[in-house]
Amino acid sequence: MSEPLLFEISTPGRTAFTLPQLDVPATPLPDGYVRSELPLPEVSELDLVRHFTRLSQLNYCIDTNFYPLGSCTMKYNPKVNEKAASIEGLIQVHPLQPEETLQGSLALMYQLQEALKEIAGFAGVSLQPAAGAHGELTGVLMMRAYHRSRGQAQRRKILIPDSAHGTNPASSAMAGFTVVQLPSDSRGNVDLVALKQACDDTVAGLMLTNPNTLGLFEEHVLEVCETVHACGGLMYGDGANLNALLGIARPGDLGFDVMHFNLHKTFSTPHGGGGPGSGPVGVSERLVPFLPGPIVAREGDRFYLMTPEKSIGRVRSFFGNYGMFVRAYTYIRMHGPEGLRSVAEHAVLNANYLKALISPHFPVAVERTCMHEFVVKGDVPGTDVRALDVAKRLIDYGFHPPTYYFPLIVREALMIEPTETESKRTLDAFARAIATIVEEARTNPALLHEAPHTTPVSRLDEVKAARNPILCYRG
Amino acid sequence: MPYIPHTDADRRAMLETIGVSSLEALFQDVPAQVRFPRLNLPPAASEMEILEELNVLARRNRSAGHFAIFLGAGAYHHFVPSVVDHLASRGEFVTSYTPYQPEVSQGTLQAMFEYQSMIARLTAMEVANASHYDGATAMAEAALMALSIVRGQRKKVLISPMVHPQYRQTLRTYLPADSELAHVTGDEDLTLGLSDLVAALDEETACLIIQNPNFLGELEDVQGLAEHVHSRGALLVVVSNPIISLGLLTPPGDYGADIVAAEGQPLGAGLNCGGPYLGVFATREEYVRRMPGRLVGETTDRLGRRGYVLTLTPREQHIRREKATSNICTNQSLIALRAAIYLAYMGPQGLRSVAELCYHKAHYAAREIAQLPGFAVTTVRPFFNEFRVRCPMPVAELNQMLLEKGILGGYDLEKDYPHLEREMLVCVTEMNTREQIDRLVAALKEAVK
Amino acid sequence: MKLDANARYTESHEWVRLEGDAMVCGITDHAQEELSDVVYVELPEVGASFNRGDQFGVIESVKAASDLYMPVSGEILAVNQELLNSPELVNKDPYGKGWMIKIKPSNPAEWDSLLTPEEYEKSVTGA
Repeated sequence: MSEPLLFEISTPGRTAFTLPQLDVPATPLPDGYVRSELPLPEVSELDLVRHFTRLSQLNYCIDTNFYPLGSCTMKYNPKVNEKAASIEGLIQVHPLQPEETLQGSLALMYQLQEALKEIAGFAGVSLQPAAGAHGELTGVLMMRAYHRSRGQAQRRKILIPDSAHGTNPASSAMAGFTVVQLPSDSRGNVDLVALKQACDDTVAGLMLTNPNTLGLFEEHVLEVCETVHACGGLMYGDGANLNALLGIARPGDLGFDVMHFNLHKTFSTPHGGGGPGSGPVGVSERLVPFLPGPIVAREGDRFYLMTPEKSIGRVRSFFGNYGMFVRAYTYIRMHGPEGLRSVAEHAVLNANYLKALISPHFPVAVERTCMHEFVVKGDVPGTDVRALDVAKRLIDYGFHPPTYYFPLIVREALMIEPTETESKRTLDAFARAIATIVEEARTNPALLHEAPHTTPVSRLDEVKAARNPILCYRG
Repeated sequence: MPYIPHTDADRRAMLETIGVSSLEALFQDVPAQVRFPRLNLPPAASEMEILEELNVLARRNRSAGHFAIFLGAGAYHHFVPSVVDHLASRGEFVTSYTPYQPEVSQGTLQAMFEYQSMIARLTAMEVANASHYDGATAMAEAALMALSIVRGQRKKVLISPMVHPQYRQTLRTYLPADSELAHVTGDEDLTLGLSDLVAALDEETACLIIQNPNFLGELEDVQGLAEHVHSRGALLVVVSNPIISLGLLTPPGDYGADIVAAEGQPLGAGLNCGGPYLGVFATREEYVRRMPGRLVGETTDRLGRRGYVLTLTPREQHIRREKATSNICTNQSLIALRAAIYLAYMGPQGLRSVAELCYHKAHYAAREIAQLPGFAVTTVRPFFNEFRVRCPMPVAELNQMLLEKGILGGYDLEKDYPHLEREMLVCVTEMNTREQIDRLVAALKEAVK
Repeated sequence: MKLDANARYTESHEWVRLEGDAMVCGITDHAQEELSDVVYVELPEVGASFNRGDQFGVIESVKAASDLYMPVSGEILAVNQELLNSPELVNKDPYGKGWMIKIKPSNPAEWDSLLTPEEYEKSVTGA
């Protein structure tokens, strides 16, 4: 049953709102500036509640289903985070209030900055970027400013491995850099020979995801960092996969100069159907002066806002996605140092366990001990069943599909990240579903091509949507 | 450990299946010299302890419940109806992922489609995307989009000094002075008005960016503006802040805007100490393929049933990589959902009523303050709910005195506009009762004594 | 893979055919198959001039987007307006109704350096 649009249940004159009476004398409205119509839907409060409640029931979510989405770290979102982020005194404050009336919020931001520095081994952190990609843009803009401050404006190239997330090249291009793609070697690492050839005085830096998108720890990470540094470049770390490294290794210790954190991945803030996220950036000593401001500093018991001397400027309004800071801070405090290490250990345990269960059915892209995720080739040889079909059929068994057709370097890729919050029982059930689906692929492939069968809608016509886009209600 | 469900027996069985003896053995690829650092962090707290710690921090703030707020300047204190919190807190919305799998994401997708539809109508534009981070980044991306529409043939971005200072700073971070992509200009002289900017339009100009109502609260004279801009081959970008004004005032689409960016925070987000907020972004249909950000479109499924999908995705970074219209991936979906619920709850009548309450109360406050000896309302143009007051003492000093009386005073304009010496930007919303306004007026009066 | 025996080809999967003094250009059958259902084609303005190898347009499917490159230098004489409303013509008839641009070549000798059907087929199959 499909849910009508609010516009379709709208009835002229129906209202939901209540507002106080005007308690001051009215002023004539400004002549010539008043709009003539405002065609929004007109519904009752009950209409609204039923509508959005029904819509919500059409979604999969972590609270109901396992999401083995590679590189997305769909871990459980603790409910205490939500309670923390609804503490009125901590949240309902105006970002431009005088600092002395904001000491609690500033203290929280300061402590989060400090915790992120410690966790990743950096000398400075700015919480401002609103999401991972925004953090990337911030990071490459800092790299740009750093090189220019040293009279090296000719460093206009950024090296990016072919396994990288699409945001890496997109962020580099937005900052005016030229992207040079680096191949991966047969063990899934950056190809060191190609890297050495590419490194010269036109290179601003390398953007590296470690563990990479194959879920593998870069075996030569120290050498990669040294090579890039030796040619005068900087190392950018894509922090999307930081969940594997909490308490295991600190990117700053490995040689990274700048990295964004995804608070909505590693630190359990909810994805919200696509956002808000939060993408703070951490930097090594030499990039600290370039951090976007404001950042929070401390003098004794007093917290205040400051902007570093050579700051690239602000990257958005106000402080960042503060509501996410409260949640991430809560998460970090709930875990402590041992708890954070345990998160990474169990994320890696779960991934390797699931890899062991699934590899008899689908070959692993690169057979090594993986970190928090792994990639398999998800088509079924001897049939016309592709990874997409397998992914869609998983829905019928109650599982959200893994990431598919990424990374681009693996044909028919299924990228699986179970996270630490899933139990052995859930992983076993997922592996059984995979086994069943592979069997179905041989006996009844049509079942897979037409999957999913149990959802409110079946596969949607994306070609139709793109050829004649209907992007808003036209009634 | 909280949230890790493994028992000892589970761990043993799993390690055995993997074929290793311990958890540590899984990390052989990590260089030994940096492996397993000792993190200097406070020990784990229980739920009870962390909530207490946060409540202690909260008491070091003074929050909205503790004073009458006359501060706006880009973040606005508006009422958030109960249904917004109730519906937007549902786990099915909060803990779902980006709706790349439409079969299991119709809830989020349809809600986003409805959000896009309502934003398009509110701004009188043809299409709206599924959100940006906030008003400032939406505006910066609008400038990048304008540059893309003119295909790098024009490299000048002209921006009014009356655009929010933080938005202008953000734009300059995206397009630094030495950028090879574009040249931002127009706000070097902070006293320039709209007619000066129109005069500065030339064949190098990709777009003119204005804010309306402008940062000082005034309604700009936009009669014929779009025609001027278009006749020079440039695009008109309008920052529609505060967005609540669109409940009452002529929307940017009606006066020829090509791209609209706005801060959607007033639509049910709350103050949130500055975030998460909501970047509203809308444009004309002809430019849709140059538009950044996610878009939800309507289609049908295998059986002909209506459904929604993310569409026009080849514009985006995960397909187009360095040639994408933007790097944006994660957006502000849940805040956009709040805006959709808010707009539907208010409806045309409610939104108009909120806007009118803001308007009438602000004008009442302005009239009362104008009568105070030593104070002058310096806004001369028509305004919505923010206006300038010249004070007999530095604004910071005055605000300190107001704080002591439980009043959060207006924005100190001198910080960003040195020529607006001792001027305060006062903001009034539907949340300010007459009693609060009268209290503000009395406190100002007393301050000069 | 279908080929037009009268056309010449580029490594970036465009085909070109002589039509009097002009050249007509589109994308190959192999390219449309790789892209799958074409949903949008962005073409240049008539009168614009490009060098060989310059990007002249973009083609999008649901899953991918590709830039279109000039096989030879020259001025755009005409673009296939039908593709704006019927991009599927690129899939249905890549060498016919799916043509994209008509070029007035500024250096007709460039024709000789384009790939022959046999050479193109080899470059695709790697044989």
